[in-house]
Amino acid sequence: MAVMTGNENTVKQATTIGNVEEQMVNKKVVYDTKDLNLWYGNDHALKNINLQVHENEVTAIIGPSGCGKSTFIKTLNRMVELIPVVKISGDIQYRGKSILDKSYKVEELRTHVGMVFQKPNPFPKSIYENIVYGPKIHGIRNKKILDEIVEKSLRGAAIWDEVKDRLHENAYGLSGGQQQRLCIARCLAVEPDVILMDEPTSALDPISTLKVEELMQELKKDFSIIIVTHNMQQAARISDKTAFFLNGEVVEYSDTNKIFSTPSDKRTEDYITGRFG
Amino acid sequence: MKHVDTALVKKRMGSRLFINNLGKTLFLLATLFGLVVLVVLIYRVFSQSIGWIDIDFLMNKLSTDPNRAGIQGAVAGTLWLMLVVAPVTMLLGVGTAIYLEEYAQKGRIQSFIQTNITNLAGVPSIVFGLLGLTLFVRGLNLGSIILAGGLTMALLVLPVVVVASQEAIRAVPQFLREASYGMGATKWQTIKNVVLPAAIPGILTGLILALSRAIGETAPLVVIGIPALIIPIPDSVFDKFTVMPMQIYYWTIDSALVSEYANLAAATIVILLLILFLMNSIAIVIRNKFQRRF
Repeated sequence: MAVMTGNENTVKQATTIGNVEEQMVNKKVVYDTKDLNLWYGNDHALKNINLQVHENEVTAIIGPSGCGKSTFIKTLNRMVELIPVVKISGDIQYRGKSILDKSYKVEELRTHVGMVFQKPNPFPKSIYENIVYGPKIHGIRNKKILDEIVEKSLRGAAIWDEVKDRLHENAYGLSGGQQQRLCIARCLAVEPDVILMDEPTSALDPISTLKVEELMQELKKDFSIIIVTHNMQQAARISDKTAFFLNGEVVEYSDTNKIFSTPSDKRTEDYITGRFG
Repeated sequence: MKHVDTALVKKRMGSRLFINNLGKTLFLLATLFGLVVLVVLIYRVFSQSIGWIDIDFLMNKLSTDPNRAGIQGAVAGTLWLMLVVAPVTMLLGVGTAIYLEEYAQKGRIQSFIQTNITNLAGVPSIVFGLLGLTLFVRGLNLGSIILAGGLTMALLVLPVVVVASQEAIRAVPQFLREASYGMGATKWQTIKNVVLPAAIPGILTGLILALSRAIGETAPLVVIGIPALIIPIPDSVFDKFTVMPMQIYYWTIDSALVSEYANLAAATIVILLLILFLMNSIAIVIRNKFQRRF
């Protein structure tokens, strides 16, 4: 198969590009994966992933269904471990520390690295209770501080004006788009460093999608965002860097502008021009 | 060329429709049989108990004189028994369910435990009675007191509570757990704050259904030696006791000697059925009230 040949070369090439970027941009590295491999049982889902994610950027991960992009993002906060048959080799460094190390507590990692999921998943509780869930888990009990966190988080997720008068109503009364922004607010309440987003707008209508995208541009000033998306226009609109995944490998990783204008790999070009996937 | 022969289809149509209707009739009869038996049973019990149920019947103590006999002791005994069974089954049952669903590694040991719990639900109640006799009455030397009876009953209904709680916990959508883990919650924090609140209605329903089974069971209590004689109303779990089904049992046996005892038994059955009906209604109300769609 033509697609399969020369994969090693491409990976090396992509890695080199990543390194060049780093020297050029000179932004701090948040995530650095080294020869990351992941298996679900016998299924080799991630193959030799070498990626560097930088601070205060939106990094988009694109690729066809089943290419491992969701698996990759879930590996970054070790959520993938909820599946019992997962095996991982290689290394993931977050801020210079290996998160696959036994001594790295997964609860601590997930405090630094928040996650927004594909489907809005608020708790069946009030809006207020949803936001304070994280802070309470980390031991904040003071009502005044919690109130402050709620306002700050909801403002941060650009939903404060819509819900400020009904903080104590059930979150399930909100629309899908509002629920997703609530989930982003809930994530902000823990004051993370990185926000992982797994196709956050795939269940939303175009207007809600636009709002979430605008929000991401605001958020990247304070956070580093890694987003998986099916929507290539979305990746082109919102991201600074784009990684193209195919069959568990990174085919190309580079500036979003470059990927969408002059991709260096034929397969990337085929994918972004809609020839497959 | 066509494969379906129109003439043959027409010829066979009559017999096909006949068998179709025959099936319908047979299955309807099968359903009616159960229904008729139930109606006859209820009719007999109610007609026998008419005139025997009044406030005195509920409040009087046991007596050999049918006109003065009451079921206060039996009702009190049943309530005391529930006071032991409910907390014990809840702690053990819900605890087991949480362990199996949230903590246990899916594997051979887990499925071995699971199979055994499911099989345990099918073990005859008299076997649990023997277990209670060996373990609590003789082993711990408790004698046939409420605590021993309650623990025996708790063991009997435990599998029901475990299985019902497991189903309730499994029905909590995974995305809620993910949301909690995603913010750095530990497993226990996730269970306490997300899983249990969402699973409580199902757990309570299972618990109430298990309790209503415990109320009706007789065999284990016969085995552990609940007395038939007139005894004082129990006032702690260390007292001897009797329960409503036991009362029904002894009155039915003795109705050969005093025919009015049959009426007393029927009256007790009506009260027992009312309590069971009430408990099942509560279970249904809880289920409907807390039913959430995610």
